[in-house]
Amino acid sequence: MADQVKKSSGFWSKYSQLLVPLLSILIILAFNFFRCLIIGDFTFFSITITNNNIGNKVLTGNLISILNGASELAILAMGMTLVTAACGGQDISVGALAAIAGSMFVKVLRSGEITILTILAGFVACCAVAILFGAFNGTLVSVFKIQPMIATLVLFTCGRSVAYWINGGATPTVESPLITAIGSFIPGIPVPTPILIVVLTGVILALVFRFTTLGLYTQAVGINQRAARLNGINTTWIKLLSFMILGVCCAISGVIAVSRLSLINHETLLLDVEMDAILAVAIGGNALGGGKFKISGSVLGAYAIQALTITLYAMKVPSTDVKAYKAIVIILIVIAGSPVVKAKLSQLWKKIAAGKVRKEAAAG
Amino acid sequence: MKKFAALLLAMLLVLTMTIGSAMAEITVGIVNNPPSESGYREANVKDFEAVFSAENGYTAKTYYSLKNDEQLSAAQQFITDGVDYLLISAAETTGWDAVLASAQENGIPVFLFDRMIDCDESLYEAAVVSDMANQGKLAVEWLIAQNLEAYNIIHIQGAMGSDAQIGRTGALDEQVKGNDNWKLVVQQTATWDEAEAKKITESVINSKEAFNIIYAENDGMAKGAVAALDDAGISHGVGKDVIVMGFDCNRWALRELLAGNWNYDGQCSPFQAQVISDLIQKLEAGEDLALESKKIISEEKGFDATTITQEDIDTYGLGE
Repeated sequence: MADQVKKSSGFWSKYSQLLVPLLSILIILAFNFFRCLIIGDFTFFSITITNNNIGNKVLTGNLISILNGASELAILAMGMTLVTAACGGQDISVGALAAIAGSMFVKVLRSGEITILTILAGFVACCAVAILFGAFNGTLVSVFKIQPMIATLVLFTCGRSVAYWINGGATPTVESPLITAIGSFIPGIPVPTPILIVVLTGVILALVFRFTTLGLYTQAVGINQRAARLNGINTTWIKLLSFMILGVCCAISGVIAVSRLSLINHETLLLDVEMDAILAVAIGGNALGGGKFKISGSVLGAYAIQALTITLYAMKVPSTDVKAYKAIVIILIVIAGSPVVKAKLSQLWKKIAAGKVRKEAAAG
Repeated sequence: MKKFAALLLAMLLVLTMTIGSAMAEITVGIVNNPPSESGYREANVKDFEAVFSAENGYTAKTYYSLKNDEQLSAAQQFITDGVDYLLISAAETTGWDAVLASAQENGIPVFLFDRMIDCDESLYEAAVVSDMANQGKLAVEWLIAQNLEAYNIIHIQGAMGSDAQIGRTGALDEQVKGNDNWKLVVQQTATWDEAEAKKITESVINSKEAFNIIYAENDGMAKGAVAALDDAGISHGVGKDVIVMGFDCNRWALRELLAGNWNYDGQCSPFQAQVISDLIQKLEAGEDLALESKKIISEEKGFDATTITQEDIDTYGLGE
């Protein structure tokens, strides 16, 4: 009997974190369901297969748009979770860094003919640049012990100018079927490529956590830096590494964003995404002060944010009101995920579980 | 001996004065927004560099900033430096009275370009600007001339409250209000963000509502919308299902017109330097400007995909 109680509370503590982001997605979808019920039209949920303009069978629909549109955000949220966990602070320069990486990618592509080889070269180049800038941020934070938000303010401020400087022009374009394949669909595969890239990135990160001590060490540094150091963990390196991994995430997001439109605009590329990325981490139930983390939570948080945006578009909320509505929903989600509410929920769960066990015992 | 020295000195003085006046360059202080702001600004800055060059007899001092207070102190500095003319494209429309008055006191004529300033007209010589409302009107007139049975429009707006947005939205709003067969399927702002424009268009496609026109308030957003059409297999361009309209005349956008993938692009001319230079030359010659209005509207056109030529792209296209 006691065992059963322990087991259920163990399950609770392991997955309770995902409850808030999952619930917020479900509530947004349920809201849409009732909205559809009232207007008697369920096209919001329909997924159809159509031929796109290059004669490829592809999936379209709002649910696909949510998964597809959140791709950049989801990847950034993965990296942001690591930085948050290790450093107890957030990187506000991810949008600017993605713009720099995207510019680098475009720069390489425009230097010659666009082939799979040049795309690979471009990707390697933009990853290298992004890791370099990530290491810059990381050094400020880990070596000079500057607050992450202040340290990354530097790149946040100058990043888009650097991107312009790399571009050497306002909006260079890169037209090629290969780029379209990265940004929208690979011929023969009906799922948008960005979704596949998110899955791939997630799997790689999961494998890294499964087979290395990175996850454990990051958590240890975040919970108690001194204790971690006394246990022989190189805390400086762990923090630096988290920023470099976030750099790679920025590079991937930048490449996706550029490929979607075959164009880079250094001023608008992933503008304000840093706020959404931090929000995704928060909705995902991760402590913004560092320590324990769950990347899957942040990814779900990213999808929740995108679901909200798509819903507002589908409802045709007037342009000027969109941000206000978004803010209201975000307040609700963040409060639902706050420690106070969580503790109350946790108590409630335990009570229910205990009650169930008692009932079973009584019946037995 | 003394006389000779005095004569020599006088001759020298005259000589230097004649040489000096022969080389008299006109110094202009230019306060502008940085070229990185947009493709428009990049072309604008290049235009001013080309016209106010040493070959044309100018010495140009330039200052770029997106911030009004920085622009103000730069303008004040130019006045202190004693430039001959002050050319301003202000970041914000307000706060300029004191600086412009100080220029007037020092006898420095001021020209505004691209953007108006909220101040008394007597404080500047002339303002060379675009008429955004006219750009909207040209586009809507073109659209009316297409003689469609029904106009179901996806209207993607720029940053709300910006001059370009207000002007380009105005004419369309009016036309939709007065005609039953004109309908805005959606009217949303993408704040000049290409990716946002794609999402808005995607959401309309997903809702399965019928539409046949994309009216995007700049080229980038039109490109975003077109990317959504391509993904959903909806044909666009000349003689196709959906009419695509953009603004700003970027070179890459005009090439889309030439290829028939888009239908219309409205010009927003960044070329104001020559007009201002002509006015300055008039003042230098001691003539009166005698302008009908101090507000000089740049001549702007709209390009139709069926009539555009490579020459148009070379002449009017911005960027590369």
